[in-house]
Amino acid sequence: MKRRDFVGLTGLAAGALWLPAIPGFAGDLVDPARLLEPGLDVAAKKRLADVALNAAKSAGATYADVRIGRYLNQGVFTREKQVQNIVSSESFGVGVRVIANGTWGFAATNTVTDAGIAKAAQLAVQIAKANSKVQKEQVQLAVQKGYGEVSWKAPIKINAFEVPIKDKVALLLAANAAAMDNGASFVNSVLFQVNEQKYFASTDGSYIDQDIHRIFPTFGVTVVDRASGKFRSRSALSAPMGMGYEYLQPKAEDKVAGPAGTGLVGYRNSYDMLADAALAAKQAKQKLTCKSVTAGKYDLVLDPHHLGLTIHESVGHPTELDRVLGYEANYAGTSFATLEWKAKGQPYGSKQVDIVADKLQPYSLGAVGWDDEGVKTKEWNLIEQGKLVDYQKIRDQALKVGQKESDGCCYSQSWQDVQFQRMPNVSLKPSTSKMSVDEMISKVDKGIYIAGNGSFSIDQQRYNSQFGGQVFYAIEKGKITEMLEDVAYQTNTLEFWGSCAGSCDASDYRLAGFFNDGKGQPSQSSAVSHGSATTRFNAVNVINTARKI
Amino acid sequence: MAILSKDEAQAILKKVLGFSKSDECQASLNGRTTGNVRYARNSVSTAGATDNVSLAVEARFGKRAGIATCNEFDDATLRRCVQRAEEIARLAPEDPEYMPLLGPQQYLTPTAYAASTAAISPDFRAQAAGDSIALCTAKNLTAAGYLEDGTYFQALRNNKGLEAYQQSTNVDFSITVRTPDGTGSGYATADYTDAAKFNAKNLTQIAADKAAGSRNARALEPGKYTVILEPAALASDEGLLNNLMYSLGAREADEGRSFLSKKGGGNRKGEKLFDERVSIYSDPLNAEVPSGVFDGEGLPVKRMAWIEKGKVSNLYTSRYWAQKTGQQPTAFPGNWIMEGGTQSVQDLIKGTAKGILVTRLWYIRDVDPQTLLYTGLTRDGTFYIENGQIKFPVKNFRFNESPVIMLNNLEAIGRPVRIGGNLVPPLKIRDFTFTSLSDAV
Repeated sequence: MKRRDFVGLTGLAAGALWLPAIPGFAGDLVDPARLLEPGLDVAAKKRLADVALNAAKSAGATYADVRIGRYLNQGVFTREKQVQNIVSSESFGVGVRVIANGTWGFAATNTVTDAGIAKAAQLAVQIAKANSKVQKEQVQLAVQKGYGEVSWKAPIKINAFEVPIKDKVALLLAANAAAMDNGASFVNSVLFQVNEQKYFASTDGSYIDQDIHRIFPTFGVTVVDRASGKFRSRSALSAPMGMGYEYLQPKAEDKVAGPAGTGLVGYRNSYDMLADAALAAKQAKQKLTCKSVTAGKYDLVLDPHHLGLTIHESVGHPTELDRVLGYEANYAGTSFATLEWKAKGQPYGSKQVDIVADKLQPYSLGAVGWDDEGVKTKEWNLIEQGKLVDYQKIRDQALKVGQKESDGCCYSQSWQDVQFQRMPNVSLKPSTSKMSVDEMISKVDKGIYIAGNGSFSIDQQRYNSQFGGQVFYAIEKGKITEMLEDVAYQTNTLEFWGSCAGSCDASDYRLAGFFNDGKGQPSQSSAVSHGSATTRFNAVNVINTARKI
Repeated sequence: MAILSKDEAQAILKKVLGFSKSDECQASLNGRTTGNVRYARNSVSTAGATDNVSLAVEARFGKRAGIATCNEFDDATLRRCVQRAEEIARLAPEDPEYMPLLGPQQYLTPTAYAASTAAISPDFRAQAAGDSIALCTAKNLTAAGYLEDGTYFQALRNNKGLEAYQQSTNVDFSITVRTPDGTGSGYATADYTDAAKFNAKNLTQIAADKAAGSRNARALEPGKYTVILEPAALASDEGLLNNLMYSLGAREADEGRSFLSKKGGGNRKGEKLFDERVSIYSDPLNAEVPSGVFDGEGLPVKRMAWIEKGKVSNLYTSRYWAQKTGQQPTAFPGNWIMEGGTQSVQDLIKGTAKGILVTRLWYIRDVDPQTLLYTGLTRDGTFYIENGQIKFPVKNFRFNESPVIMLNNLEAIGRPVRIGGNLVPPLKIRDFTFTSLSDAV
């Protein structure tokens, strides 16, 4: 088995000596205090960046960019009453990307000296020249102006690394206790924190210093009924966010009430982990005895935590231009939404579907000032009233589709990986007319309300998908009647979005997110948010997933 | 130099232990030299190389442990790394699942290294990509592929007398060939310890044939079908058998949250859960799939049966859980091997009256851990078989199936081949559950 398989089997808290294999935990394991020490100052980074750019140009590069990155990560892992692991890591180094003979070349080093950086730049040029011999398509970059010396900081209130570890442990153990007190047999909880300190410079004349923070508290609660041999789980309804520790200080104004009769709460810009853990245990217990769904067509009412994943898979991925053009054919796949398909102007969804891409939304995982190739970030429409109007593009793709500029969604997971097109935030616009969740449900005759994301699977061109969830409730004649189990819906992307009957208004809008979205070979991880309000989809095919073995 | 010899590695580790003031100290060195080339649209898109050695030091005071790492090996850096591990250990909470470090162990002699792979150059990779692209260009097909090779070493040493060292090499190649109109797609993958066995052209030819043969697929009604699952559908990045093998944990079973949990308590070790022709074991010295002879903790990896004639014979058991439950711990294996017969995929097709050939599965996710139900889709070469012959390509299906049910519906087992470091036969399965159609090519 490969190393990633080992991690897959044993879970994130397994053998710390293997932790560097977990996405995000690259680099050196360090004392937590190290995460508060400052990195290089901006002047030193500018000087080193110029060393890289000059060395690349001298070696024959027609374009070069350099990323000096310090990536800090911390994970706190617990189960029931015990701490399983606390890991802090730091990764620091320099990646140089060049174009020579019309071909990309990339090399990286953690020897952050003038000589080390110059050598990496020269190696990048050497690789570009070697590859140019088998290159069929010359790289053509969209023009990008230089921004001079600029900076951007995530709008955090409390740097999570400044919070004492004992406080984080206390929070997780309190959440575990809340779950156990409410009937959980087992509970695992985790807090991930990330700080990317990135410096970008290019031969276009940009010197960009950015400070990005992300946080992700989560848990899984399991209830076991030994007598029947049944077990059921419910995981957290938190979202990973581009925030500091303030996300873990719950505020009443960030709580969005779920449908009447469910006790569910949606979370906006702060999260009540204890309350959610207590509710999770109660719901996992309820799942043991609730009714198994009857397969058939139902109107689905999907909460934003759930819908975020469906948006991610069925709109986010198919509109990535690298997939559309075939660059991911051997791994992540291609897309049904080809240039030819778009040109025909067929509907992607109903008129209710307006989907926007952005790298700007405050507290989102995608928010940055500039992307990893020095393009200022923006918001743009992907789907307008059900029609696909644009894709997600970076500098070497824009000209291929007759556009002049990048969308600013280029990203690399670290200094040592080459940057490429990654998904920005992709969000469904809420309704401009007033609509609450209860009002939406009151109009459904036979339906299912789904909260939380569960099992998910979609084909390599993003047509056929199957989604589960965390909790399911039957809707009959406008009212939530009871909890259901064994629910999954199978659908086709165009049918699904075509069946969209409208969303709730902005008061219900919130972000869901993914901390480790994988793409590329070698695979890289990125983090992305998806905003939406609770939304209704009519006559969707629901299957029953119960089996006997 | 990322690949240190046994003597070089142990000399560094010895020095590290000499700097330690903790009750227990274990140090490990992991090194790798890897290279890759990626291509798509019949052109190279990216290529890279990495070279890295990392030292990890675990210091323990009583039941408190701390780990620090570094990748420079001068005395001052080593000393700082040990001190950091000790500082972290002093601040750490006591580990209620603490197990003392292992003492001296006896290991098998590893065989997972091949000089031919360690010698791979950027030119070798460019040639492989070039060969693959040339074949597809000549046939008016489009290639997207990825080749990655690596040489690795691991060394472990602790102050209880444990000393371990092993090297390995690996070449991993995958290729997807598509028709320019997007109506056909084929796939092939292979991996080797010894690069001398690797032939990019042959693998590209398989994918190209599947791409050309899968044009204009017909739609069949979803339902239960006899299928022939090629090894790549069973155990690669996305495989149904991988998922079964990941689910053999003793602790989860004993805790009541696994398909191997027993009603009323305990686990189902010893029970016959699969067709009696199903036998799966691990063996680090298998000539086709040699793997590591010790795991991350330093436990010796030996031949170990997991499923014997349909019975669950062993579960993965950590040292802590073994002590708590009075069992023997199991080292984490580096491979698994499913016993098979002598029939090739072609032979299995010949013996099939009606069925579907599946090249590869994709996006496999668990649906219900209680029954080990998974969903996913076929991809890159799905064909209808009638009277012992491939008749026509069919549209891809979504499946909802449990490997437990699948291994009870076994019709025939073919000849095992290496895939993802494991040895896996193609399987012919009856009543495999396809629940919907996909338009994806």
